[in-house]
Amino acid sequence: MSGWESWAITVAVFLPAVGALVIAALPRGRDRAARALGVVCTGAALAVATAIALGFDYGARGGLQFEVDVPWISAINARYHVGIDGISLPLFVLTFLLSFLCAIYSWRFVPSPGRTKAFIALQLLLETGMAGTFIAFDLILFFVFWELVLVPMYFLIGIWGSANREYAAIKFFLYTLFGSVFMLLGFLGMFFRGPEPHTFDIVRLTEFASQGGFSRGFQLVVFAAVFLGFAIKVPMWPFHTWLPDAHTEAPTVGSVLLAGILLKMGTYGFVRIALPILPDAAVAWAPWIGALAAVAILYAALACLAQRDLKRLIAFSSVGHMGFVMLGIATLTDVGINAAIFGMVAHGVITGMLFFWIGSVYDRYHTRLIADIGGGLLQKAPRLGTVFGYVAIASLGLPGLAGFWGEVMALLSAFRPAEGLDVGLFRAFMVTGGVGTVLTAGYFLWTIQRVNLGTVPDRWREEAIPDVLPVEWLAWAPLLVLILTLGVFPRLVFGMTDEAVRALTALVLGA
Amino acid sequence: MIRLPLALLFSAALFSVGVYGVLARRNAVMVLMAIELMLNAVNVNLVAFSQQLGQLVGQVFALFVIAVAAAEVGIGLAIVILLYRNRETINVDEVNLLRW
Amino acid sequence: MVAASAPVAAAGTGVAGLTWLLVLLPLVASLLIVFLGRRMPARGAELGIAAVAASFLLSLATLWRVVQGAGPVERSFTWAPIGSFTLQVGWYVDGLAAVMFVMIGLVSLCVHVYSLGYMQGDARFTWFYAALALFTGSMLNLVAANNLFQLLVGWELVGICSYLLIGHWWEEHVNSSSAIKAFITTKTGDVPFIFGIFTLVVTTGTSNIPRIAEAVEHGELGRGVLVAAALLLFGGAIGKSAQFPLHVWLPDAMAGPTPVSALIHAATMVVAGVYLVGRMFGVFAAAPGAMGVVSTIAGITMLIAALLAMVQDDIKRVLAYSTVSQLAYMLAGLSLGEAGYTPGLFHMFTHAFFKALLFLGAGSVIHAVHSNNMSEMGGLRKVMPVTFWTFLIGSAALAGIPPLAGFWSKDEIITTAFRTGNMALWATAMLTAVLTAFYMSRAVLLTFFGPFRGHGHPHESPAVMTAPLVVLAAGSVLVGFLGAPQLDAVFADWVHVGEAHHEPFSYGFAAISVAGALLGIAAGYRLYARWREREPLRALGPAYTLLERKYFLDDLYWVGIVRPVRDRVSAAVDWSNRVILDGIVHAFARAARGLSRAIDLVDARAIDGAVNGLAHTTGFSGGILRYIQSGNVQRYAAFLFTGVIVLAIVFTRF
Repeated sequence: MSGWESWAITVAVFLPAVGALVIAALPRGRDRAARALGVVCTGAALAVATAIALGFDYGARGGLQFEVDVPWISAINARYHVGIDGISLPLFVLTFLLSFLCAIYSWRFVPSPGRTKAFIALQLLLETGMAGTFIAFDLILFFVFWELVLVPMYFLIGIWGSANREYAAIKFFLYTLFGSVFMLLGFLGMFFRGPEPHTFDIVRLTEFASQGGFSRGFQLVVFAAVFLGFAIKVPMWPFHTWLPDAHTEAPTVGSVLLAGILLKMGTYGFVRIALPILPDAAVAWAPWIGALAAVAILYAALACLAQRDLKRLIAFSSVGHMGFVMLGIATLTDVGINAAIFGMVAHGVITGMLFFWIGSVYDRYHTRLIADIGGGLLQKAPRLGTVFGYVAIASLGLPGLAGFWGEVMALLSAFRPAEGLDVGLFRAFMVTGGVGTVLTAGYFLWTIQRVNLGTVPDRWREEAIPDVLPVEWLAWAPLLVLILTLGVFPRLVFGMTDEAVRALTALVLGA
Repeated sequence: MIRLPLALLFSAALFSVGVYGVLARRNAVMVLMAIELMLNAVNVNLVAFSQQLGQLVGQVFALFVIAVAAAEVGIGLAIVILLYRNRETINVDEVNLLRW
Repeated sequence: MVAASAPVAAAGTGVAGLTWLLVLLPLVASLLIVFLGRRMPARGAELGIAAVAASFLLSLATLWRVVQGAGPVERSFTWAPIGSFTLQVGWYVDGLAAVMFVMIGLVSLCVHVYSLGYMQGDARFTWFYAALALFTGSMLNLVAANNLFQLLVGWELVGICSYLLIGHWWEEHVNSSSAIKAFITTKTGDVPFIFGIFTLVVTTGTSNIPRIAEAVEHGELGRGVLVAAALLLFGGAIGKSAQFPLHVWLPDAMAGPTPVSALIHAATMVVAGVYLVGRMFGVFAAAPGAMGVVSTIAGITMLIAALLAMVQDDIKRVLAYSTVSQLAYMLAGLSLGEAGYTPGLFHMFTHAFFKALLFLGAGSVIHAVHSNNMSEMGGLRKVMPVTFWTFLIGSAALAGIPPLAGFWSKDEIITTAFRTGNMALWATAMLTAVLTAFYMSRAVLLTFFGPFRGHGHPHESPAVMTAPLVVLAAGSVLVGFLGAPQLDAVFADWVHVGEAHHEPFSYGFAAISVAGALLGIAAGYRLYARWREREPLRALGPAYTLLERKYFLDDLYWVGIVRPVRDRVSAAVDWSNRVILDGIVHAFARAARGLSRAIDLVDARAIDGAVNGLAHTTGFSGGILRYIQSGNVQRYAAFLFTGVIVLAIVFTRF
């Protein structure tokens, strides 16, 4: 461990936080400087993250790279242990990408009530929290980053949100906090029942667990605890109800980051912590997780059909997509977990883009209700409409675009789940998921019809609805390109994750 | 030779007069005088016991008390004069600033 | 699993090595048209035409290899490793693929050229060409795929292209609704199709089509697995190839521009299901129960669709139902087993020519009279001679008049049905053949004969539109001979399973099917030679109503599935979300707040009460005691002396 590898992750993670401090220290009224700093900080962090991705050894079979492991809180043997592997890497890079694009988007769009400085600073703080979650290999460190995310997001929703923002912000905060308390209890359980000397180190706990260190009964209980924490974050049915509210009320960049990154923290937690450290419990709980995932897919698709608010619709579609991700994880197979990570990335890109889009639509129409927009978007603003059509079709899982591989591979993995799981049951989940894909196509095409197609209603005929602005193109183009690229070259993600996932499943489930 | 009880009775009477003076008189000068009476009652006691017990310590104390009393009167009269200058009265009933 | 399989013919793949180019050309062209098309002189059309023409030439070269007797070529590359599964990309080019390439390339090229005229002045001309090129590339990819996932990619992509093109004129609500209906209906079939792929991929451990065929041949798969896989795969074919009960989308898909109908909904995309059965023939053949299902579905479909075609007024819907019926013919051919393999696929090949021709001809007519309804046409043979003659050739080919293309392929299927002893299917096919001749003669008579009943003055379409008609008409005349036994039936050498079958030509069977066709034409002539205001078939009474309402299937789906799911079930789910799930969350919140209020009460009254009570007591007693502090020295002195006295008493008494 020498040279830049020893500090790269730390710099990437904490650079935005430093930026947030600097922005906070700026004198009043220096909004332009704040925005510029936001773009520069996130851009620099993205550059470092890209360098990490380029310097990553894709051939390595598992194991951490760019690892740093130094004592932190010696009293409880918590360590500053960070590193990156194939499972972290795509999500890590995605975090920086989306944050950067959000910073660009904020160049022009700072929602009411303004206060640009605070807005940008909170975004940067959020970035640190999100990125940190994906590289922490110490449970306490993980927890700190995990909770760090809550605060800025709470303020982003609570201050810059729309009408019902306070309710949504509090619901989001308390609901996820409720889950993370149980998660912390679970972590403490691992600490005290873990190897001597007690440790919070994920790698050591994983090794300990793979040698059968934790008793089955203990695992079942602790898994339930951490499950609650992760499942609320994902969010899995029926713990999802905070999501539509939070999304609907959040400002655009808040929604983008919420959908793009925050939700993945939950699924990542399953892959990184719950499965490896509690493998026996994972096998025992997998059917339940699969069942909830299958219900989520169907339920979300049906709920989407009933939504009148576009943003709420997209939020519900997230529940369904995360259902596919969880279904992949629940199969406990290498195919399924690979698919899950691909699904996470694809969902981050696609749904992030959809939230950008709805933000811009709201900016122009001042309504998010489908009936109020009333169709004809393709006539009024052809490019805006085309972007929506493209992304919606990607979201319904068309091959050649990003949404497809995660979905279809998750279903494939459900066809034959890991040893010890009930094949018939998982095939039932698969069929449910299949029906879900049809319904998903249904509501997306229906929404396209009601928003994009048809003629412009009279009330908008005279209104000036500007088409996509340059700054929007700047913020969106990478996502639009990525949607196609990931669809055509799924290897971009699978190439990162495959070795790490194989190592994971071999260590945990093969042993 | 005067018998001790007689001296003590005298002393007690003198003290009681002093107490009465301190508690009942309105005039601050009279209060001071009454204090002097009480001190002298003490002196009588001290001397009487000194003589009775054959020890000189009591007389020494009496002398001390006389000296202290002189000083006390000096300061007390000074206060009274200042009081008069400021308030134009030496009635102790009217001097009650030091309260809740 | 092995990452890349050795190509079947490692050396000398020749032009088949360029299959990737053949597929990619239209796809790249599509991207270019989207981004650059608007600035091109012909607004992007030239890019599409050039790419498709190049692909067509490559496909001709590929077919030439097959004609010269080259074996199948397979290439496979690792696309992405996904745990224990490896995603592949590659191509598998045999006679079937080569024939499909040519068919797709030619029809697509014709449609591309034809659209120059048909779509002239359209607001989204460039976009239309981009979608056409994307479709062509996707369809070629579907055919070229050497593995099931790549095939699935093409399969879904052609579906979305179909959606985009059906809804091309999306200003009209009915068009976009038809597009959605088409996509969702076919997607419904895709779900079992995907599961069928999973079944094969998981049981054989590979998605590679030749590998799977080998595995099936070597008996590595159990009977149950095979039947399940075949039936599930056939689900996809039912959706894509518009078979009963999912055929309902195809007639509605006629809402799209007519060239689209010709390319996608007649010649290429809808035969994807047939191609699938042909490509996975080993699986189907090894699962006899499945073949029975295919046969039954095809039988039902060919008959009900032909019946529906008789009562349509919209000329495109006539052709659409005819397509459904003919697709069923192809599947029926395939369902007859090895003997029916070549006839079924041969019919797919010939059908592409004359059905695309018919659609383009119909488009030419529609272009002229600005209406789809035959009741507003009539007498057009004089003003539109080229369209008329080519349409007539197409109709005769479809009706099975020798020596046109349809005769050879259809006759083969009917004969094979008889020879393999599948009498029910033979009878159905014969009956369908009669009906086909009937409704086509009806369409021709209503459109081109009798008085003109529309508005304005129709005239012949421009050369860019008639030239493709002529090309396709020539094809409709000629391609049948590829299967003519008198000419060695070379098609069977190109496309066959196992050894190439060369059945001797039976004049007896040919006579029967020609007689059937003539019977249908005679009936058609009898009823429609003279224009009647009232549709003669109305005499059928309730049966006519049944046909007019499409057997009430659409209503059943709409009332029984779409409406309830879209409106009621979804509303119920949303309600459960708002009221039940959120209700639980809110109940939690309320309970927590109630509890906190209770605790607050305890805190305020008891705990803080004790503290405050102490403070209160102190304050209260202080309030009383303060009266003692009067400031009066003499009173203080009095207390002092009182105290002394008390102390004195205490000390002396105790």
